[in-house]
Amino acid sequence: MATEAMEQLARREYKQGFVTDIESDTVPPGLDESVIAFISEKKGEPQWMLDWRLEAYHQWLKMTSPSWAHLDYPPIDYQAISYFSAPKKPEDRPQSLDEVDPKLLETYEKLGIPLHERAALAGVAVDAVFDSVSVTTTFRERLAEAGVIFCSISEAIREYPELVRQYLGSVVPQGDNYFAALNSAVFTDGSFVYIPEGVTCPMELSTYFRINAANTGQFERTLIVCDKRAQVSYLEGCTAPQRDENQLHAAVVELVALEDAYIKYSTVQNWYPGDEDGKGGIYNFVTKRGDCRGDRSRISWTQVETGSAITWKYPSCLLRGNDSKGEFYSVAVTNGRQQADTGTKMIHIGKNTSSTIVSKGIAAGKSNQSYRGLVKVSPRATGSRNFTQCDSLLIGDKCGAHTFPYQEIGNSRSTIEHEATTSKIGDDQLFYCKSRGISEEDAVSMIVNGFCKDVFQELPMEFAVEAEALLSVTLEGSVG
Amino acid sequence: MSLPETLIKRLHEAPSGEPEWLSEKRRAGASHFETVGFPTRRDEAWKYTDMSRLSSADFAQADSAELDHARFDALRLDIDACRLVFVDGLFSEALSDLHRLPEGVEVSPLSRVMAGDQQAISEQLGRLTAIDFSAFAALNTALTGEGAVINIGKGKAVETPIYLLFISRNNTTPVMSHPRILVRCEAESEATLIEHYAGEQGAANLTNVVTEIEMAPASRLSHYKLQEASQSEYHVASIQVDQQRDTNFTSHNLNLGGAVVRNDLISDLNDENATVDLLGLFFGQDRQHIDNHTKVNHNAPRTYSNENYKGILDGRARGVFNGRVYIKRDAQQVLGYQNNANLLLSDRAEIDTKPELEIYADDVQCSHGTTTGQLDENAIFALRARGIDEQMARGLLTLAFANEVMERIRHGELTDRVERAVAGKLPDRFNLESLVEDTSL
Repeated sequence: MATEAMEQLARREYKQGFVTDIESDTVPPGLDESVIAFISEKKGEPQWMLDWRLEAYHQWLKMTSPSWAHLDYPPIDYQAISYFSAPKKPEDRPQSLDEVDPKLLETYEKLGIPLHERAALAGVAVDAVFDSVSVTTTFRERLAEAGVIFCSISEAIREYPELVRQYLGSVVPQGDNYFAALNSAVFTDGSFVYIPEGVTCPMELSTYFRINAANTGQFERTLIVCDKRAQVSYLEGCTAPQRDENQLHAAVVELVALEDAYIKYSTVQNWYPGDEDGKGGIYNFVTKRGDCRGDRSRISWTQVETGSAITWKYPSCLLRGNDSKGEFYSVAVTNGRQQADTGTKMIHIGKNTSSTIVSKGIAAGKSNQSYRGLVKVSPRATGSRNFTQCDSLLIGDKCGAHTFPYQEIGNSRSTIEHEATTSKIGDDQLFYCKSRGISEEDAVSMIVNGFCKDVFQELPMEFAVEAEALLSVTLEGSVG
Repeated sequence: MSLPETLIKRLHEAPSGEPEWLSEKRRAGASHFETVGFPTRRDEAWKYTDMSRLSSADFAQADSAELDHARFDALRLDIDACRLVFVDGLFSEALSDLHRLPEGVEVSPLSRVMAGDQQAISEQLGRLTAIDFSAFAALNTALTGEGAVINIGKGKAVETPIYLLFISRNNTTPVMSHPRILVRCEAESEATLIEHYAGEQGAANLTNVVTEIEMAPASRLSHYKLQEASQSEYHVASIQVDQQRDTNFTSHNLNLGGAVVRNDLISDLNDENATVDLLGLFFGQDRQHIDNHTKVNHNAPRTYSNENYKGILDGRARGVFNGRVYIKRDAQQVLGYQNNANLLLSDRAEIDTKPELEIYADDVQCSHGTTTGQLDENAIFALRARGIDEQMARGLLTLAFANEVMERIRHGELTDRVERAVAGKLPDRFNLESLVEDTSL
């Protein structure tokens, strides 16, 4: 077998690993009330926002880091992290692409994300986050015409305080969990989207996150509100430069769907996973939750997780409205010494609610991967349905794949199904492809892509292409 | 957590005249139990089953095994077997029947073995189920005094089943018992073991049993555990099996009674070609709470497991299923299948199920599936279109659902008993007898 060539490929350097040399306005490492006050002031926030942050901070102080996940990592020193880093000159932010620091644009070019081209060609508005402050937002006008608000969360706090106040923390409360509390105290940026009643967002909204300055935790806060009968598709994608020290990322994403609203949230996550000994790499502790608040509302999560040293992430749906619908499609790929504990929670509260979970896990190298999910059907959620499928593919004999699905079913008029399989790529499958002149590498890529097809077809077009490419890059060389 | 004073006192008073090895184990068990106390819902393994109520309950210990034949006959399984009977944990010589004991097989009450040559059991007791296995295993070790010791001799194929009957009486003061069952299947032996827990109506005792089964190469054991405790009884069982090369263990875990029931069943597949078949059926009604935890450890390559648990829940009953399949690093070419299907007959019933896979080898085939739902309305319609009324149709379909597990029972009397018990629990007293008559017309 072509193991040697493949091993070489497996060892190949993280393509997106480079550091852009931009001066940052960074606070010294450490966390206390003054740091939070500094962040709040730097962002020009009103008093209520600062109070809200401090409340979260006090709750966080009383909490302990969760230890139930199937993950193994040294304790994090939260005092060694710097909680604020922004590109310089935040006062005179660029108003259009031409004003954007060319070095920054170059960074996007290297990442294969030509911002302006992509924006123009694909009709995607991009709220590009470089480190912590939104640098530029395109297609503002077109969105404004439709009445859609798409801006950074800091801007939203200043410009639309009543909207933010109404919804912020209503899905993920400040004290929801350890990382959410931390995020609530120190979040620096993120996106805010509001789609007014009856509006279908004229284009797909997208944010590219990028972690830059060394030692700065990235604490994004995203809030998407879809009013009655409104629709939006939101794309989130990330890459990060190569680093030696672990970087903490604790984001919170809140989605609110009112009556008949539909939110589709897609993620491609490709942060630096650490070197082959697991050194460096991002700690990705994310709280994502959608609230199907209105009747017949629908929230769909699609994620492709290939990066990060450690992933702790459970995009969830609270199905509160009657006939509401939650979906979760996930492909998680781990290689090297990556660890991922990911899955979803579907909480059926309203009547006739339905949820679909499709999770595909691929573990290679010395990585470990767990699917952890909860399907809870409350006694009054009669006529509810859930279908869960989680499949794992093991590549190599040093990795691990685990499944921990929780199901709590409290009434007799609901139907819940769960199935899971674990297997490897069959020798006969490989032989079949090879006998038809397909190289082993291509065959593996083909089989893995087929394995993930159910999820990829849920992704928006551009993302699907990127995801497939990413998958083959991540897995190349791991089959022997 | 505070424990009842009487219990603490009991933990510290070692029965006099016992050998040092046993006192030592008891002390370790007692001290471990005192540290951890009864599990609460804060323990992940007890997330859905709250045992903290036991902390405030006060159980005595039975002082006699008296039971008249009428009461005994009402509970026992009428089968041709080699039988040991325990009443509230105490051995009853009068009700036991050992004259069918085949040659090469030893079946004795634990107390008798302890009075004689203890060399073998001093090593056996606690080897598989150590005190740190659970609070209940620790408590059992601290307080056990009775149980059964079974040894199937090398190459012996025993056709007569070994029948252990544990009777729980309706006492004025509830009692607790901590039976210990030690089974050793020597190489190439074959046997059937039936553990039967039967309770008189209203019995509100605590039964906390630990079973340790050692299987030498190429031995086979069919294990039946029929639990028919009263609906006021606490029943906790920990069963652990050590399987060597070419062994075959089949478990039928049949749970029909009990107020709060917890079964922990663990099979360690320690060498190649060891196979385990786990079959389970539980039927909860009213406020019954039935929790089944199973764990299959594939510690060696080419080991096989197959699991099928079916639950039926009615009234305000709550069922819990937690099945874990673990495959050790380099335990290649393993097959592991797991299935859990649940039928909810009432809107106030609840099932919490968690089928887990923990896999560290790649050349394996593993799958699990779980479903929860209700009877198929189309199937009910199809039966009604053939002149069967709705109640009967529902009863038939429920019975058919349970049948996948029941049909694997290899003993006529046992099958009959379970079938009747299941039929008797169906809504509106689904009448199996009348059905048999009807169809014979």
